[in-house]
Amino acid sequence: MKDMLVQVEPLIPALRRYARALVRDRAAADDLVQDCLERAVSRWHQRRDGSVRAWLFTILHNLAVTQFRQATARGRHMPIDDAGEQELVSAAAQEHRVIYQDVLNKLAKLPEEQRAVLLLVAVEDLSYADAAAVLNIPVGTVMSRLSRARERLLQEMDGVAPGNVVALRSMK
Amino acid sequence: MSRRPITEDDLHAYVDQALEPERRAEVASYLDDHVDVAERVAAFAAQREQLRGALASIADEPLPAALNLSHIIESRKRRPSRAWAAIAALLLLGLGGLGGWTMRSLLPDGSSGLSALAQEAAYSYGVYAPDRVRPVEIRASDSAELTQWVSNRLKQPVKVPDLAVSGYRLMGGRLVATSHGPAAMFMYDDDHGNRLVVLTRPMSSPDQATPMLPQSTGDVAGFAWADRGMGYTLVGQLPADTLKPIANEIRKQARPI
Repeated sequence: MKDMLVQVEPLIPALRRYARALVRDRAAADDLVQDCLERAVSRWHQRRDGSVRAWLFTILHNLAVTQFRQATARGRHMPIDDAGEQELVSAAAQEHRVIYQDVLNKLAKLPEEQRAVLLLVAVEDLSYADAAAVLNIPVGTVMSRLSRARERLLQEMDGVAPGNVVALRSMK
Repeated sequence: MSRRPITEDDLHAYVDQALEPERRAEVASYLDDHVDVAERVAAFAAQREQLRGALASIADEPLPAALNLSHIIESRKRRPSRAWAAIAALLLLGLGGLGGWTMRSLLPDGSSGLSALAQEAAYSYGVYAPDRVRPVEIRASDSAELTQWVSNRLKQPVKVPDLAVSGYRLMGGRLVATSHGPAAMFMYDDDHGNRLVVLTRPMSSPDQATPMLPQSTGDVAGFAWADRGMGYTLVGQLPADTLKPIANEIRKQARPI
């Protein structure tokens, strides 16, 4: 278990970040990470050779997807516009807050599958091959989803004047 | 100049700093000549920086106690082993199921040999599938060694079925003891942690070839059949209509070499 501690512990902050960016709720995200870590501990000896990082993200992603499906099946849907925004950027430097808030709002509007790819590649620095393994899709699909996610985010940011929207939001 | 054309994938890899230095230079010089593409790539890069910046603070927060890995490991050690609980449950199940198995052997379908085989598989499943530490003795990464070992002990060439088409990966396998001698057990799992056990061993003379039949012991169910002297069984905790196509796939692959 010693090697597990050494290899897994440094990755927990990144797992938290991915979970929270995906589900946008601090408590729900940390629950997912806790569940992920418990599974990692119990399955440590079963993991295949390869990146521990990709292995952990795979467990976490599958848990998140299962939870999304259950929430959808129960008819519960987290409203995008006011779900946990402040929790995401609370600690960000004041001068960046407006920009950060805006990009996160746009991110939240992406389809879940595009959001996952963008987060894994652009934020968590997974290689395209590792991202493909985590999401259980071919690398080509990773690339096309990444491309769609970036184009869409760009359009969203061009389409509206970000400053105005954020100003309105932050007043409510 | 005869360099490879620049692709969209190259542009994204450029943004993600995932290109080899040589290719990176090629893309950079392409961008120098194509201002509109360069603008788009710059916008992607800016977007990337914004995302990273917006989410960076989350990774800097102190970890809550619930995510303390040492605690999680500790609390697992204190919990009584789930494997032992499973073995106890299985022994009870076995007693309950015995009546059913005996009845089955009286049926005039010649399935007694298969029933025994499936029962052995169910017992192996009950003991090894819940095992979190060492469910298999030889891991999939050493599958050549595994194949050789079980083939030697069974005195039969044994093929390890590949269930990738069904979404299951080989975890590994081991030799298990049965009242009919050694059997080869292979274990598989999928991305959701569902585990399957395949058990195979030589059959006694009346059961050299028997059609596939459904089998069940408690909540462990599956299919068993015999082909050219070898008995095969697939068991798991999944519905029969999920297991059936997987069993068919194994039967297709596992014909003696």
